Amino acid sequence: MNETDQRTHPALPKSPTGIEGLDQLTGGGLPQGRPTLLCGSAGCGKTLIAMEFLVRGATQFGEPGVFMAFEERTEELALNFISLGHDLNVLVAQKKLSLDFVRVERSEIEEAGEYDLEGLFIRLGHSIDRIGAKRVVLDTIETLFSGLTNTAILRAELRRLFRWLKDKGVTAIITGERGETSLTRYGLEEYVADCVIMLDHRVSENMSTRRLRIVKYRGSSHGTSEYPFLIDEGGISLLPITSLGLKHVASSERVSSGLPGLDAMMGGPGYYRGSSVLVSGTAGSGKTSLSAHFAAAAAARGERCLWFAFEESASQITRNMRSIGLDLEQAIQQGCLRFHAERPTSGLEMHLVTIHKQVQAFQPRIVIIDPITNFTALGSDAEVTAMLTRLIDFFKQQQITALFTSLTSGGRAEENTEAGVSSLMDVWLLLRDIESGAERNRVLHLLKSRGMAHSNQVREFLLTGHGVELRDVYLGPSGALLTGSARVGLEAQEEAQSLVREQESSGRSRALERKRAAVEAQIAAIRAEFGVEEAELKRGIAQGDARAAMLAGDRVEMGRQRQDDAPAPAATEKLN
Amino acid sequence: MNPTTDSLKTTPAEPVELWELRLYVAGQTPKSLAAFANLKRLCEEHLQERYVLEVIDLLKTPQLAEDDQILAVPTLVRKLPVPIRKIIGDLSNTERVLVGLDLRPRASGGNDGN
Repeated sequence: MNETDQRTHPALPKSPTGIEGLDQLTGGGLPQGRPTLLCGSAGCGKTLIAMEFLVRGATQFGEPGVFMAFEERTEELALNFISLGHDLNVLVAQKKLSLDFVRVERSEIEEAGEYDLEGLFIRLGHSIDRIGAKRVVLDTIETLFSGLTNTAILRAELRRLFRWLKDKGVTAIITGERGETSLTRYGLEEYVADCVIMLDHRVSENMSTRRLRIVKYRGSSHGTSEYPFLIDEGGISLLPITSLGLKHVASSERVSSGLPGLDAMMGGPGYYRGSSVLVSGTAGSGKTSLSAHFAAAAAARGERCLWFAFEESASQITRNMRSIGLDLEQAIQQGCLRFHAERPTSGLEMHLVTIHKQVQAFQPRIVIIDPITNFTALGSDAEVTAMLTRLIDFFKQQQITALFTSLTSGGRAEENTEAGVSSLMDVWLLLRDIESGAERNRVLHLLKSRGMAHSNQVREFLLTGHGVELRDVYLGPSGALLTGSARVGLEAQEEAQSLVREQESSGRSRALERKRAAVEAQIAAIRAEFGVEEAELKRGIAQGDARAAMLAGDRVEMGRQRQDDAPAPAATEKLN
Repeated sequence: MNPTTDSLKTTPAEPVELWELRLYVAGQTPKSLAAFANLKRLCEEHLQERYVLEVIDLLKTPQLAEDDQILAVPTLVRKLPVPIRKIIGDLSNTERVLVGLDLRPRASGGNDGN
């Protein structure tokens, strides 16, 4: 798809349909100036898609269009489309649209000799020229086959018609009824070779889903899978699976999960804005409570949160959350929280529409879907995954942080059950019950958290009267996880031990003090003793010196008395 | 419906009824010329003095193609008497034209043929 976006195929200009998903799939729209065949069985939305192509062309791309209807009167068409949000009469009055009903009734037409369909050409040409149309829809031209018997003429004329449309340079949609063995009942695909789109309407398990597939698109790459689409008041919504282009901007802003303990596990601030969070766990493991914390935190920040509850009513959830000290009622009154509670009975597509519509209306920054497990009853695993992919993409594009809860049945390996879904998620929290010591206790694992350093530690998950608390889990002597009362027991035990240790250590430090005092006393005694000795020794030294001086003096005296010659002057000098 | 039109045709005692016929063509093509010639002949034969024939060239008045629900050319439209009848082609098959104009009862086989 990207190649076409980057215009590496400049040879093939495209006409955008304005139907977002379809333009994504076709890499920009239908082949410009060429006919496209739109085929499908009755009631699968051919007319609607074709009309949407014209209406959007006229209103969004400045390309007027001609709608030639062979099955519905123009008044009927206008009426049908008003209920889908388009006032065709206004567009007709503005000369942006031309509606022409071609009545083909076999009982009214007698064929007597050679003819051609020049009348149709003139009619179409007149409409095109009158409003300067760039787009044309023929819905459903196969009706001609039921009105006219001479198929040889008809086929020749159809071939001429499609060539003529190309010469006119209009981008055309030709609708066709699905045939038993071929794409269309009368083999229109023979004439329209550029682009063929197939619509399908299937009912499985009482749920109907419309799907679209691009069978062929000459000269362009295109998505080849079947893509579900919806019809509602807003027109067509086709939500192709994201792999065609993951272009949403990733925010580095973080939003708190509402649990400081959980935020800490993710390195502090919480989830990235716009990320998708999966909370899975067995029944009663606290998924809804975790969601409620997230919602309450959002409300506290003044952000809007939209909560899709598929199992409980809004009042039931608010009542239950009050029991753990969370007042959601206030958030609802402030307009920060809205519940949309319904049983999942309609098809997946309808759910998608509902979610889309609710989100568009409320413009939340946070969406909670509780639980997604209920979707699995509505479709196969693959369908559910596809639906969630589209949902997640939608949220990401809107920078909405989404929290999905998922119920895992006990006994199965939790990690396996969500294999299809978990890969789509940015953060995966697993709540688990641990049974030990005749208790079931909840623990929380942070299995995955894209783009952030996160804790690998299991936390015990406590539902208290003032909300959810996360506690470090204890490892018992044998290395087993200790939770609940076992943990409390161990905590108490450890506390007692530490008290003892504290007492012991304070005793020891007192002993040390005493010893230090004793030693210091000893040192003082020794120092005193030494002082005495020192004084005595100094006195001794002084006496010795005095005696020596006296002796020297005596010697000089004696020498002088003996009249000593030689050493006498030196000795005298020295002494002086 | 057939019995009444049949009686219309078979009882000339009825007051003179005006037939209003229109022939839609697109330019002077061999088909349109043939259609006009065939029609003229038929009218003279079956509707002497009680028909009005108008030839409309859609190349000149294309808007009439939509107004009168014209698809194929040549198309002969019987505007009056009601109900409106349409016959397409160069009108070379006289039998079919007469049936189409209710100037002759329909064969039991319906309108298949060829």
